[in-house]
Order: sequence, then C-alpha cells, then structure tokens
Amino acid sequence: MMPIWEVFVRAKGGLSHRHVGSVHAADARMAVEGARDVYTRRMEGVSLWVVPSAAITASDPGEAGSLFEPAADKVYRHPTFYKVPDDVKHL
Amino acid sequence: MYTVELSKDNFGAGEAASEAGVDAGRAAAFEARVAADEFIEPKDWMPEAYRKTLIRQISQHAHSEIVGMLPEGNWLTRAPSLRRKAILLAKIQDECGHGLYLYAAAETLGVSREEMTEALHAGRAKYSTIFNYPTLTWADMGAIGWLVDGAAILNQVPLQRTSYGPYARAMVRICKEESFHQRQGFESMMQLAHGTPAQRKMAQDALNRWWWPSLMMFGPPDDNSPNSAQSMRWRIKRDSNDELRQKFIDVTVPQAEILGLTIPDADLKWNAERGSYDYGAIDWEEFYAVVRGEGPVAKDRIKARVDAWEGQAWVREAALAHAAKTTMKAAA
Repeated sequence: MMPIWEVFVRAKGGLSHRHVGSVHAADARMAVEGARDVYTRRMEGVSLWVVPSAAITASDPGEAGSLFEPAADKVYRHPTFYKVPDDVKHL
Repeated sequence: MYTVELSKDNFGAGEAASEAGVDAGRAAAFEARVAADEFIEPKDWMPEAYRKTLIRQISQHAHSEIVGMLPEGNWLTRAPSLRRKAILLAKIQDECGHGLYLYAAAETLGVSREEMTEALHAGRAKYSTIFNYPTLTWADMGAIGWLVDGAAILNQVPLQRTSYGPYARAMVRICKEESFHQRQGFESMMQLAHGTPAQRKMAQDALNRWWWPSLMMFGPPDDNSPNSAQSMRWRIKRDSNDELRQKFIDVTVPQAEILGLTIPDADLKWNAERGSYDYGAIDWEEFYAVVRGEGPVAKDRIKARVDAWEGQAWVREAALAHAAKTTMKAAA
C-alpha cells in the first residue's frame, strides 16, 4: 500500500509553507513530483514540502479545552488591555 | 464535475437515532456545532452515520471526477486544433486533480484509497449518471463543459461551506478551477454555433443529447430524495435538488439563446409570476436505469477503470520495491 504524505506549499517567497492536502507515493521524491502535479498546476507555489502523514502527531480535540482555554482569561497579554492617556504618543 | 449523493441502502436516520441514545451528550454537542456553521475536523467526534454518509458522498464525488475523464479522453487525440487539444488536456488533468483532492478528504474519515477504488470497481460505489452517456461528436466536448460543468458549479459552490472541513477545503480548490471548464465549453459551443451549417447542426445535436441528462445531475425530485433532510441539517447538502435544478435552467436558457440554439423542451416557457422558467417532465425512469448501471456505456467506463488499475499495478509495485531497496541501502 502506498504511504500517504502531507503536502505543504509556499505560495511565494517570504510566506510560510501552508498545508494543502495529501498524496500517495512510494518515496519522498515521488511525493514531491506528485504534489507538484496535483497542487501546483496554476502557479500556486514556489516551494513544496512533503511529510509522511504518520510522522505528524496531532493534539487531541478532547483536550482542546485544557490546552487552549487558559489563554482566554489572560487578556493582559494583549497590548490593548492597557489604558494610557490619549495625549501619550509613541507607545 | 459532480455527483449527487445516491444511496444504495437505507441507513442513516435509524442509525443516528440509536446512536443518540448511547451518546446523547456528544451527539447534541455535535449537532449544535454543525447548526452554528462550525467546521468538523477529522479528529473531532462525529456520529457514525455522519461519517458513513460523508464517506459515501465524497467518494462518489471523487469517483465521478475520475470516471469523468473518460468521456473527454475519447476526443483528446481528435481535437480539431492544438489550442483545443491543450485546453482539453488541461481540463482532464484538472478532473484527475479534483478526484485526488476528494479521495484525500475521504481518507481523513478513516477509509483507505484501496477500499474506495475497490468499491468503485466492484460496482458497490456510484458515480454521476452523466458519465454513462457516450461522447459521439466533438461538439460534446463543448456541451459537457458548458452544461455538465455548469451544473457541477451550481452544485459545488454551496459545498464550499459544507460542515466537514477537509471536504469544504477541497471544494474551494475545485470551484476555483471549475469556471475555466465551463467557459472553455461555452466558447467552443459558440464557435460551432456560429460556424458552418454542419457545425451548427452538430452543436444543436449535442445540446439535444446533453440537456436532459444535465438536469438529472441534480438528483431525484425533492419529494423522492429520502436522505435530504438529514444531509441538510448536517450541512453536507445546502440546497435542495429542485432548487438547484431550477437555478440551472434559469441561468442556462438565456445562454442558449445567445448561442442561437434551441433547448429540446417543448414545455419550456418563462413564468413571469414565479420569475423562473417552467419546464417539461423529466424521464426519471431513465435516470434510475442509469443509476442502476444501465447507461449506454456504463460497462465500458468501469472496464476502463479496472483495466487501468490492474494494468498499472506493476508500476505501483516497482515504485514500492524501489523505495524499500533505497531505504535498506541508506540504512546499511
């Protein structure tokens, strides 16, 4: 059975690679060639990454609360939390 | 291109109900998320009936893209100019890509590519009935782009907001690419319609043959579409079959007028009160016969797929053997 590879495309220089989908391929080189044909037929990118799907560990959606909710009550991490007088400049 | 979701068996409502008893809390949370237009992602909990319905719908959609290459491939070597040949080749390549995006989306639901391929080849999985009609003349390439891809776009645009994330994202890519398919088809029809009397006749003949099958692409009438209510609640179907069919007719009739071609429906007429066209009765017996696999070229289509899969098995095997050998060498 052909392994699955996750495909990431850099749209243009300066941007990060972004996940676009997956391909089946026997090895990394074939995965790059397949990803080129499947995901960049219309100048969608200037660079490709392929990563074996099995190498990705995802967080458990069931733990999303304990992982991400604590950030919700830490509004003091945002600059807009702090009130300064209107006539203070360059702050 | 596109397929409506056609069930061969009757699971769905009952299964969802029994499951809700076992897992009422999670099911209610799921329903609430979907109702709020949130996206469901692969690792999220989902009712088994939702997963199964999606696998069936997405894989049927993928199969349609792949089988959809065959009617057009029929004319590739006989395209009338290099320009038309390059366009047709690009379109067919897109259909292959669309199939792959969709298979990849279905695989995130826990079904393998091999299982889906096997289901298609064994006749357990369906694909759009439209591809079981033969492409008899070059004008069919224009008619398919204009009508079949036109119908597909109307079906697919709402699916960009479907509740399952990977499916919605695949649809965004597909819709972006699809409008070229329709426009090249219309342009090709226009050239034929404004050409010699023989070309004009060929264009009209293609419209005559593809019109009704295109209307059938939207699926059975609403009163005979048993799973629609649940699929709409789950946001994996966003408009009813009849609504989309009416929309297609309303946008396509003026296009046919511009081409100077006649839609083969004696009952077609503008209804000022409804602000829509009234249209004649659709031959649903023909539709169900084609769904059952009795289309003029249904057997050829599946045979072509099976031959390609089996005939090229050695390529897959060789690639895997080469990869294994290279890995071993690197380890040594």
